[in-house]
Amino acid sequence: MSKKLKKELIFLIVVLVFFLASVAVFHFVSAPWYIEAAVFAVIYALSGCKVVIKAIKKIAAGQLLDEDFLMTVASIGGFVIGEFSEAVAVMVFFRFGDWFERYAVGKSRKSIAALMDIRPQTANVIRNGEEVTVFPEEIEVGDVLIVRAGEKIAVDGVVIGGAAALDTRALTGESVPRDVKEGDEVLSGCIPLGGVIRVKAKQKYEDSTVAKILDLVENATSKKAKSERFVTAFARVYTPIVVGIAALVGVIPSLITGNWLEWIFKALTFLVVSCPCAIVISVPLSFFGGIGAASVNGILIKGSNCIEALAKSGVFVFDKTGTITKGEFVVTKVVAESNYTQADVLGAAAACETGSLHPIALSVLKAAGKAEEGYEISEIAGKGLKATKGGDVILCGNLALMRDNSVQVGDEADGVTCVYVAKNGVYMGRVECEDELKPTSAEAISSLNKIGKTVMLTGDNARVAEKVSASVGVSETFSSLLPGQKVDCIERLAEAKSNGETLVFAGDGINDAPSLVTADVGVAMGGKGSNVAVESADVVLMYDDLLGVVKARKIARKTMRIVKENIVFALGVKIAVMLITALWFANMWLAVFADVGVSLIAILNAMRCGKK
Amino acid sequence: MKKIYRLDEIDCANCAAKLERAVGKIDGVKQAEVNFMAQKMTLEIDDSRAEAVLAEVKKVCAKLEPDCALIG
Repeated sequence: MSKKLKKELIFLIVVLVFFLASVAVFHFVSAPWYIEAAVFAVIYALSGCKVVIKAIKKIAAGQLLDEDFLMTVASIGGFVIGEFSEAVAVMVFFRFGDWFERYAVGKSRKSIAALMDIRPQTANVIRNGEEVTVFPEEIEVGDVLIVRAGEKIAVDGVVIGGAAALDTRALTGESVPRDVKEGDEVLSGCIPLGGVIRVKAKQKYEDSTVAKILDLVENATSKKAKSERFVTAFARVYTPIVVGIAALVGVIPSLITGNWLEWIFKALTFLVVSCPCAIVISVPLSFFGGIGAASVNGILIKGSNCIEALAKSGVFVFDKTGTITKGEFVVTKVVAESNYTQADVLGAAAACETGSLHPIALSVLKAAGKAEEGYEISEIAGKGLKATKGGDVILCGNLALMRDNSVQVGDEADGVTCVYVAKNGVYMGRVECEDELKPTSAEAISSLNKIGKTVMLTGDNARVAEKVSASVGVSETFSSLLPGQKVDCIERLAEAKSNGETLVFAGDGINDAPSLVTADVGVAMGGKGSNVAVESADVVLMYDDLLGVVKARKIARKTMRIVKENIVFALGVKIAVMLITALWFANMWLAVFADVGVSLIAILNAMRCGKK
Repeated sequence: MKKIYRLDEIDCANCAAKLERAVGKIDGVKQAEVNFMAQKMTLEIDDSRAEAVLAEVKKVCAKLEPDCALIG
């Protein structure tokens, strides 16, 4: 709590005690009306002067239907018709409600800042051979950072010395530490748990993961949801309507019955109920909490509108490689012709694949351990690679490459990704690779199958696709798609889905960007996913785990439920109080509850969104 | 050009919505977005007379929300 808020609270409590004591005293001791009026006038001045001054300022600005003004009119009106204690109650409790609103908003702002406690304060870098402490913003690409146990890594980089277990919880929500050693890439915001590592900066601070996440979460609530726009639009008409009704209630029955005091009092009660703040505040507060709760789980939601769309999601479309699977190939089998050993085949393949960054090449190099050097390598686009040294020519690639060079291939691989290897026109054998499933993909998809339809899209051939789809259990699969066809597929699926449902697409690659934009909710893999995908997505899973989609949907549904509860509850109570006032009896305490009490309850309910 | 202000002591969510509407109506402001929870106002304004427009924005803000300070 800030000092200012604290001071105000103490002041308000003193005023409240004074007020309640006066009410009690005048209840038991009868005093002349002017003494009672004088005492309450003092309390009113104490509690209300700030509000009245603001109301006057706003009238000068042409803001007639402002809550300060409405409360001022209602309370002064109450005073004039002799309802002293009720008039003062309106002001005192209005101030309490206002105080609580600011407290709650401040608290939830702060709790998100704490949840997102990933901002590094300083960093130690080596400059001119000496270690100096600098602000993260001052780090240049290529600087060497020294990060000790418990310190946050300030910028994204690569480890060039030391090894440590990294706590990545703040970024990914994953509690198991990740071991890193020389050559591994590390993200800013991670914390080494033991040991010292030297990290070479690959990004400036503002381009690093931490800065991007903070920016994203802070600005997430700028993209407003429909329900948010609805409440502000509603508030705009609600107040004038209620004030209009108040005017009618104050005049028409009075003219008929001649009982001016009673009906004016009822009209004033209406004014107290006419403030829309409870509804207007509780909605963005709920979204803010929901976005915060998601980010603790390593799920970044880029806007309130995404929460709304996620809550209605019914069709879940996934890219295969890198999303359902790890996108890392592993050599599963080496098949050698009779004249060669498996090591010969793998060695020849590795000699060709040196220097290539293709995931399959990486898996071959990893399996081979080391590659023979000295070959001149050329790439044959879409087919494979050719390596030459002296008189030797090694070919390594797909069937088409073998056919083009009239190499007779023994038996062909079935349903797996593989490269064929030939030396000097003679077939040596093949290396089979497989992309592993992510450990949680099947679980995530089976949860989503209970909610709606799951679909897998892939550029791979039908056989490989079927194998994966069978093992994770997606309900529909489209294979051999080019990137553009993925978008067409999503559009067709979007047309086929039932009304009111939204379509979620999860992907990771640069070529998934158009699909991410086309889908109602685009989900990108934030860990290994490309920057383009992360930027075009609405939701980013920091831990590349599809269970994040399930979790995000759950948080979104909870948030939307609370938003609806608040709108219905706040409106319901206000309308009920207006009906009671108009048809039955008027009581300002009831109106104060409908205004301040409802605000408090709605705010407390909204704050539940931030709970895990 | 894009301009972001921090709003200190903005009163209530409804006031934020009113401010957003009023600032959005200013000639030269292409788009105004007030984010109550983040206490930020993001403006998209005409480059040619940015200074005059921002002065007008400050005036409107001081009128509607006397307690609220524009920072940045």
